Amino acid sequence: MPEDTSTNREIIEIKEERDIVICRQACRDWAKNLGFNLVDQTRITTSASELARNIHDYAKSGEVIIEETENAQGKRGIKITFNDHGPGIADVEVAMSEGWTTKGSMGMGLPGSKKLMDDFYIASKIGEGTTVIIWKWLPY
Amino acid sequence: MTPTLKNPKKRSVEIQKIPILKIRNFLIVPIQIDLDDLSASRLQQDILKKIDITGARGVIIDISVVEMVDSYLGRILGETARMSALMDAKVVISGMQPAVAITLVELGLELSEIYTALNLETAIDLMEVLINGKKHA
Repeated sequence: MPEDTSTNREIIEIKEERDIVICRQACRDWAKNLGFNLVDQTRITTSASELARNIHDYAKSGEVIIEETENAQGKRGIKITFNDHGPGIADVEVAMSEGWTTKGSMGMGLPGSKKLMDDFYIASKIGEGTTVIIWKWLPY
Repeated sequence: MTPTLKNPKKRSVEIQKIPILKIRNFLIVPIQIDLDDLSASRLQQDILKKIDITGARGVIIDISVVEMVDSYLGRILGETARMSALMDAKVVISGMQPAVAITLVELGLELSEIYTALNLETAIDLMEVLINGKKHA
């Protein structure tokens, strides 16, 4: 997990399906305001959409925390944390492989969102929940 | 302690119905909003119903103002094309933004089975060729 310090943040609660849209719109606003270009804004928004949907589909509810952050090298970026208290993932390594799904979807959410971001962290415990954190750094 | 804003902008989503327009013997579906999952799956059913009612031979789905296609919406678009094919109607997706195309491929979703066009005008030309075998005079 990259070291960073957060300076400001917004919390989006995921309770119903439409909160996925609210979450991705919030992530796009933050990405735009932080100065990410259009392609990175789209990568961040798409990644957030996949992970917010995972919360809704697997845990029913949870929260998304969007933060401005800075890494040890002084690079600014966006950090988005997805927390839920759902059933958890038995084997995170398997869940990170493409095509793995328990919901009849395409199994692209976790591996896809990892590919779109610069840094990715996942921790999960059966019966306790899952935390996923994604980072994207500004190029300057 | 960092200051926390809890949904400070009063973010909300409006539910809107997507129009399905019929011109000549095909349908045009302009997606002008950020579609939630339920609206996307409802739109899929509405398109198939409209093909059934009108006997349309094709469907152009214009996504030129759509800022993001994730795996769910991508799956819905691919499924709609395959379902429409079973009803003898071709689907053309038009106007995908460059950033959306880049992200979709990076995500691993290439939608290679779908006809695409750069914009609505070329989509209409392509549709004429697909269903009538020639451009509209």
